[in-house]
Amino acid sequence: MSTTLPFVPAETRTNYLNADYGWKSWLFATDHKRIALLYLFSITAFFFVGGAFAVAMRINLLTPDGIFTHDTYNKLFTMHGIIMVFFFLVPSIPATLGNFLVPMMIGARDLAFPRINLLSWYIYIAGGILTLTAVFQGGVDTGWTFYAPFSSSYSNTHVILAAMGIFVSGFSSILTGLNFIVTIHTMRAPGMTWNRLPLFIWGHYATSLIQVLGTPVIAITMVLLGLERVLHAGIFDPTVGGDPILFQHLFWFYSHPAVYIMILPGMAVISEIVTCFSRKAIFGYNFVAYSSIAIAVFSFIVWGHHLFVSGQSMYASMVFSFFSFLVAIPSAVKVFNWTATMYKGSVSYDTPMLYAFGFMGLFTMGGLTGLFLATMAIDVHVTDTYFVIAHFHYVMVGGMVMAYMGGIHFWFPKISGRLYPEGWAKFAALLVFAGFNLTFFPQFILGYQGMPRRYAHYPPEFQVLNVMSTAGASILALGYLIPMIYLAWAWRYGPKSPQNPWNAKGLEWEQSPTPPPTFNFEHQPVVTEPAYNYSGEEQEVTLG
Amino acid sequence: MGVFSIFPSRASVAAGEVDALYTFLLVVGGAMTTLIFAAVFFFAVRYRRKSPDDPAPKAIHGSLPLEIAWTVGPFLVMLVMFGWGTKLYFQNYTPPLHDTLDIYVTGKQWMWKVQYPTGQREINELHVPVGRAVKLILASEDVVHSFYIPALRLKHDVVPGSYQTYWFEPKEPGRYHIFCAEYCGTGHSDMGGWMTVMTPSDYENWLAGGSGGGSMVEQGAKLFQQYGCVTCHVTDREGRCPSLLNVFGRPVVLDDGRTVMADEAYVRESILNPNAKVVKGYKHDIMPVFEGQIGEEGLLQLIVYVKSLSPPAASPAKPAASAAKRSPK
Repeated sequence: MSTTLPFVPAETRTNYLNADYGWKSWLFATDHKRIALLYLFSITAFFFVGGAFAVAMRINLLTPDGIFTHDTYNKLFTMHGIIMVFFFLVPSIPATLGNFLVPMMIGARDLAFPRINLLSWYIYIAGGILTLTAVFQGGVDTGWTFYAPFSSSYSNTHVILAAMGIFVSGFSSILTGLNFIVTIHTMRAPGMTWNRLPLFIWGHYATSLIQVLGTPVIAITMVLLGLERVLHAGIFDPTVGGDPILFQHLFWFYSHPAVYIMILPGMAVISEIVTCFSRKAIFGYNFVAYSSIAIAVFSFIVWGHHLFVSGQSMYASMVFSFFSFLVAIPSAVKVFNWTATMYKGSVSYDTPMLYAFGFMGLFTMGGLTGLFLATMAIDVHVTDTYFVIAHFHYVMVGGMVMAYMGGIHFWFPKISGRLYPEGWAKFAALLVFAGFNLTFFPQFILGYQGMPRRYAHYPPEFQVLNVMSTAGASILALGYLIPMIYLAWAWRYGPKSPQNPWNAKGLEWEQSPTPPPTFNFEHQPVVTEPAYNYSGEEQEVTLG
Repeated sequence: MGVFSIFPSRASVAAGEVDALYTFLLVVGGAMTTLIFAAVFFFAVRYRRKSPDDPAPKAIHGSLPLEIAWTVGPFLVMLVMFGWGTKLYFQNYTPPLHDTLDIYVTGKQWMWKVQYPTGQREINELHVPVGRAVKLILASEDVVHSFYIPALRLKHDVVPGSYQTYWFEPKEPGRYHIFCAEYCGTGHSDMGGWMTVMTPSDYENWLAGGSGGGSMVEQGAKLFQQYGCVTCHVTDREGRCPSLLNVFGRPVVLDDGRTVMADEAYVRESILNPNAKVVKGYKHDIMPVFEGQIGEEGLLQLIVYVKSLSPPAASPAKPAASAAKRSPK
């Protein structure tokens, strides 16, 4: 881009981190970058709480007879699921990297509604506190899926508290989505046409659509569950005239689209990383961009594939099976395009790119095993077994968390103004990849062998694969702890980062100092070229 | 058993058919995974940046033919998966209409209670003969469970308030795991047992081993007396309530003009909540509501009794006939 910034020594420049000090300047911040950091620290805390539950589960599964009581184990997997899904995966990339980068990438000085942005963090924290209260009061044992009538009439744990936590935190998700949609529509810099938007923005736009349209349904579901539990209203419990299957329909009407809330931002990050570290324009921009929208639309008509064995009409199942295959196509198109982007590129192996490699491989496996589950005759065998566990961890951990880690490393210099130790980072990335596969690949085999999920005890023939899985989980845990340590160290002691350490394209790198000032840009950015113009094609330099 | 296999043991022909489809998916999935891994690896090595000063390569903005190819190609392969999977699902999930051996399974926290038409009862054990189409009628006394036998590659949720069916034709004698696959509370992982597949002669011997309180028809008839059903549902003439002779398995005209099939679910509903669907010509609020009064097992016995009041030829399933045949033993 043509604009060059006047040189100002980094030490003397005011940026969003040193513009103000004191706890008030953080807890009452309306700067989207500071709110992104509030989110970053809170979701990291939730990630490690959820992770601790997972570690305890894996320890229990070392032996067929376990070490915890049934009730303890049931609470462990429930709390692991609730915290990881609602308090880590759903907000993870949108609320941190999205919050930080959406305004910067489109050349705006903040989100459209900065105070609503802060409100959404407070709502998230309120929901988190409710849920953690449920944990400290003794936990919940319904599974994160809350199936009725177990949750409404049988469980004697803190179901309502946990459901309230999810109900409340849902509004944080809705507000973030709303904020992004309005910002992307109304606050793009001159020249930032829709076709020049970074794919990160397209991904977050699609995510926001689902957040705004889907989240109210889970809120309603949680309210109905509470009503049923307190008043025996007869909505889900058949002994008072309700229908247990209705709960499953309502729950999955949100919770299947929700998995795309979780993965679309991951895909958004990968599009940025692959182009930067191949130094090449994205292959098939339109296809990658519109496939995000296609995924968002299709995501709303596939929920019934969770009900193939529930007694749902077989013809309904057939339709849901068909749409479930269709939704796989835009995901596959993305993977093909990322791979093709590397073709004849200039590929470097920096840490974010290692995570992107991991994402492409593991997301592919997660997606392909999704086809097994869309195939009804196979689903009838493997649903509710470890096959499903392995499948969605390949997508959510192998895909989403890989992308999240890649994104955190990619933008860490931008966010903190520092560089992290590359050697440690590469080492941790390889640990995560190895540990992940050792943890979850055996679970595919376990699942086809028939080991059901949510089992505190299991028949002895499944032990070998479970021990492998636990061994992998301990490597994986190490792979997540190491970045915590060196990133925290680098934040304080790391070498100062230049403005654009990766030579990346994009307004946030090229036209904003590192770390950015409170209002992001020192001059109004003007966009004169398409996204990812790494080759600097002259013919495209026209004002949009 | 000694050799490790990714396939669990197979107790039915259908299990082999599911494995064949699974193998097809493994081959396709394996090929795709290899392709992506190989492409990423090859491009990463072949086009690696040799020096930080390497000039940025020429942009390639895409290729419409390629995009079409990798959209349509996978779609066509997926159509095969969809068609094959759907066909097998309908086959494995649709019980035959006639000549099934009906067994009644009730799930409750945290056990499977099994009743045979001939009166035997078991907990967490299921005995079936080779070569018969077995139809399980699944009921739940409390929460959602899921009846799962990996060796059959089949599971079906057991949903309170409804009956679900689960059918298979055992082929290989042996003992196979039964699991509960839908999380149901504290003892979920203990809610399992064994299915024993026996040769027909062994099965006859096993059945002859005693049935305690009489066949399900007899037990149902007893309940029919005990709950006073017999005072109104008189069978030899018209009473205050419809006669139940020749009702099961046939359409019934309701007072609002609708017609419903008198199947297990209809009989169940009419016992628990009689006013929901009243037969044309009869009054509401005559029969007491039995919701919460009769357990799932008793309901199943009553249903088998009502079934036995319809001549076997007219009944889609024949538990009554087979029960009658075996009861003298």
